[in-house]
Amino acid sequence: MQLALTILMDGLIYASWLFVVALGLTLIFGVLKILNIAHGSLYAVGAYMAANAVTFFAAWGFGGWYALLAMLLAAAVTALLLGPLLERGLLRLFYGRDEVILLLVTYALFLILEDAVKLIWGVNPYYVTEPYQLFGNVAFESMFYVGYDFALIGLAIVCGLIVWFGLNRTVFGKIVLAVIFNREMSASMGVNVDRVHLAAFTVGVFLAAIGGAFTAPMISVQPGISVSVIIVSFAVIIIGGLGSIEGAAIGAVVVGLARAAAVHLFPEAELFSIYLVMAAVLVFRPEGLFQRAAARKI
Amino acid sequence: MTRKNLTLLAVAAIAALALLGLALPRWLLFLCTMAASHGIVSVGILLIMRGGLVSFGQGMVFAIGGYAVALSVTHLGISDVVVLMLIGTIAATIAGAAVGPLIARYSGIFFGMLTLALSMVLYGILIKSTAMGGSDGFNIPRGTLLGMRLEGGTGDYILYVLTIVSTGLASLAVAIHTRSARGLVTQAVLGNSLRVEYLGVSVQSVMAMNFTLAAALGGLGGALTVLALGHIEPTFSYWTQSGEFVFVAILAGAQSVVAVFVASLALELVRSFSNLYFPNTWQMALGLFLLAIILFLPAGIGSLWSRRAGGKSPEPKISASEREAAR
Amino acid sequence: MSQLSLSQLVGRHWLGRPFAAAAAIAAGLFIGSAPAQAQETFKLGIVTFLSGPASESFGVPARYGAEYLIEQLNKGSVPAPYNKVGFGGLKIEPIIVDENGGATKQVQELRNLYQRENVDAVVGYIGSGDCLAVAPVAEELKKFLILFDCGTPRIFEDASYNYVFRTAAHATQDNVALARYMKSRNVKVDTFSLINQDYAWGQDSRADFIAAINQLYPDAKMSADLLPKFGAGQYGTEISALARANSSVVYSSFWGGDLQAFILQAGPRGVFQRGQAVFSAADHVLQALGDKMPNGAIIGARGAYGLMAPDNALNRWFFPGYSAYRNGTYPVQASYRMVQALLGLKAATEKAMAANGGKKPSPEQLADALRNSEWETPGGLIQMRNGNGHQAIQAMAIGRTRWDADKKMVLVEDIQRFPAECVNPPAKMKSLDWIKAGFPGAKCD
Repeated sequence: MQLALTILMDGLIYASWLFVVALGLTLIFGVLKILNIAHGSLYAVGAYMAANAVTFFAAWGFGGWYALLAMLLAAAVTALLLGPLLERGLLRLFYGRDEVILLLVTYALFLILEDAVKLIWGVNPYYVTEPYQLFGNVAFESMFYVGYDFALIGLAIVCGLIVWFGLNRTVFGKIVLAVIFNREMSASMGVNVDRVHLAAFTVGVFLAAIGGAFTAPMISVQPGISVSVIIVSFAVIIIGGLGSIEGAAIGAVVVGLARAAAVHLFPEAELFSIYLVMAAVLVFRPEGLFQRAAARKI
Repeated sequence: MTRKNLTLLAVAAIAALALLGLALPRWLLFLCTMAASHGIVSVGILLIMRGGLVSFGQGMVFAIGGYAVALSVTHLGISDVVVLMLIGTIAATIAGAAVGPLIARYSGIFFGMLTLALSMVLYGILIKSTAMGGSDGFNIPRGTLLGMRLEGGTGDYILYVLTIVSTGLASLAVAIHTRSARGLVTQAVLGNSLRVEYLGVSVQSVMAMNFTLAAALGGLGGALTVLALGHIEPTFSYWTQSGEFVFVAILAGAQSVVAVFVASLALELVRSFSNLYFPNTWQMALGLFLLAIILFLPAGIGSLWSRRAGGKSPEPKISASEREAAR
Repeated sequence: MSQLSLSQLVGRHWLGRPFAAAAAIAAGLFIGSAPAQAQETFKLGIVTFLSGPASESFGVPARYGAEYLIEQLNKGSVPAPYNKVGFGGLKIEPIIVDENGGATKQVQELRNLYQRENVDAVVGYIGSGDCLAVAPVAEELKKFLILFDCGTPRIFEDASYNYVFRTAAHATQDNVALARYMKSRNVKVDTFSLINQDYAWGQDSRADFIAAINQLYPDAKMSADLLPKFGAGQYGTEISALARANSSVVYSSFWGGDLQAFILQAGPRGVFQRGQAVFSAADHVLQALGDKMPNGAIIGARGAYGLMAPDNALNRWFFPGYSAYRNGTYPVQASYRMVQALLGLKAATEKAMAANGGKKPSPEQLADALRNSEWETPGGLIQMRNGNGHQAIQAMAIGRTRWDADKKMVLVEDIQRFPAECVNPPAKMKSLDWIKAGFPGAKCD
């Protein structure tokens, strides 16, 4: 019983991290139809920016809880700088071409950003460990958890709710949904599709950056952190169904629990756990758990 | 072009390239061997792509071909490169024929992701297989041809010729196949798969066939790579390797099999020289090169010489409305 | 100088680099080899991680070690016996290549270095898979290659080479020395838990450590045995499993970013208060982690390096010199291993030149000079004893960490040194067999 609770807890903590990262990926796919391989690099940029911002704030005497604000601002700045730059400056040039072409464009972007990050921040590690202690420790059974881990669950829920509310309960959100559903029809009804693309991509970048920013306190920010993010977040949104927010949530929970169960019960199998879940889901529900069946054309 | 002309042209090209190899410095000879043995895998992707699907898991068949060769050397004591090449090709073909029918019913990005997942599962299994060196892989000695050990400059050249001849003939077979009635069905599937079904052809079996053929080419590529490299490791099946195969196919464009080899060679050259001249930013240089090709040669490198390029779209032609419908 | 000078010439203009590259590509393609050089230099290929996960911890420190030493050697300002300019009077001309990108790429780049850039020798390779893949290539081309860092014992245990050397001990000594240290310090090992990355390094280290513990602590029981994937970054679940296991020792062969993330996440959850932390390769994270490094952790450095380096004349020169060159960052494992490789190459070159009348030595002459030789380095004496004189053994040091708030740095204390023959297998024996047989022939003074 205690083991089951531990697995549940560990699984949910990991799932919340996965969800924040995957949410931006699934949003960008939903609106722009781009499976963004560079998502991991944007996550890394967010982590570096957060490391700088927290240090900067602390140097001006805004330590402690202000660090959370600093991390939020870092993600926002990253999104506002990179979102428009990449969408207007690069991706726009390739709209209308095949999904695979766009996938490869983001692969090229990933290569470029890897070196760009290295040119800007160098290879030395950055640390921002102070925020990790802000929430203290929580005793559970015979062990501790760090309060920050639970704060991450809160962050994931808040991010998910805001994006869901923004899409389903606001006028602009409805327009975005219309574009997701049928781009040509929306354009002919007078929707400024360009603006929707820009907004969706920027929000997607923000979500990647916030994932990186709030992970920064738990890791050493250095080259190589982007690669590990890409494949797991891909797996999450494929399990959940590409472009679906609910799907990303379910996918994250499924992957998180599967991994936690593997670590506690069959540590030898951890390496496969994610891919096996992904393959199994694809075999039984090829379009993911939360995807409507596609209509076939005649 | 008639089948006869195509064959004559291909044989002439293979002979010319084999002769050219005598003039190349050894490093370039090896680089060309690698470019051709990787290029043939991308030709397989092109085959699948003609039906509107993209496999992101060709690393899987590439690795199966490679491991089949390497294990035949270490465990069965086979050293003849031609036999080994066939073993690698056959092993991957069997794997492709087994997996093909299962995944042929998936469409679009899901097909790509399922192939990706399968190749990553294989990667995981290989990492776990400490008997085969785990993530470090293992080495095999240079092979033999007609009892002669392939070593030094001569060995490099013979492996180059073997690679050029086998990938050249395989490409010729692909070119002939795509012009045959059976091969043209694939194009009809891309046009409208439902109508093809109504005409009494099983789309699924066409796709399974294409996947199996692509697997054979992937296995051939893996076998040739291992023979020249003398080393195999699980990264053969890693997603970045599969992604590179797709990249070469896209760079090349859909009309020309020759373009695939040109693209593969261009990629190897750019990577090698940017690594030397910009050791700190070679990935960036590579990324910019790839973006430039996609942007300025939208129909692929093949459009530089292929006349048909003017009229046809380079990519699997899916209009926006079709894509909406497919969703 | 031919191709490099071209890019240096036009390098000043902002458009210059791509242009120079294009021109150089053209030159490289059509001219092939470089024309005769005005003043003869020793062209040295250096391969190390400049990007990717291993760059911060190993690749770039190794690069700085090489750059610093080559600068000093070319000025002739290294202490005796290395005070001759360059390699035997020949200025060293380094060509640095990124190791990131997998073994296929490394094989190709190694051929390019030898056959296109005409380097006289290559020193490089951190990844074990890369070492394994490139060794036969150098052998087949009959070119001189020094592997400077990779850990797998397989290279000279599974094959034998004439032109390939490894100037640092392989990974077996790391875990044997750890176990011996624990035994000599009477560390209680009722149960032990393991967390290692699921790839060759982690798998091999795990097997070595378990075998060594079984020898020295036959009653110890293994509890949690975790194998997260390389680069996972999130260890919350593993840490729960370690906490549940609650064993007296927690061992890890993690390195670099993974090790740092693991320590950052495990520290607050009390893992290191419950059990004795034992890390097989951790000296390279001490400066970065600072007060986050748990006190009293038993750490190795894969040799006697950094804060555990011996107090010899060369180290009294190297440690402060490098630290000044790097603005206060002291040298760690990879820097030392690069330096010991280059000093070995220098010694071999000069020995070969003394024998051949002062000409630049051929790969065969270099190999003859280096085989079975020994030389002093900042990390102690290196002896090419194993693998038919191609595999080095060296002395080892293990110590415990302590955060010193006044100096604002992690110190390593209670250091114990192990002679090379105490922690390395004898020449004709495979590492794991040697451990499992109870270390026959080990000489621990």
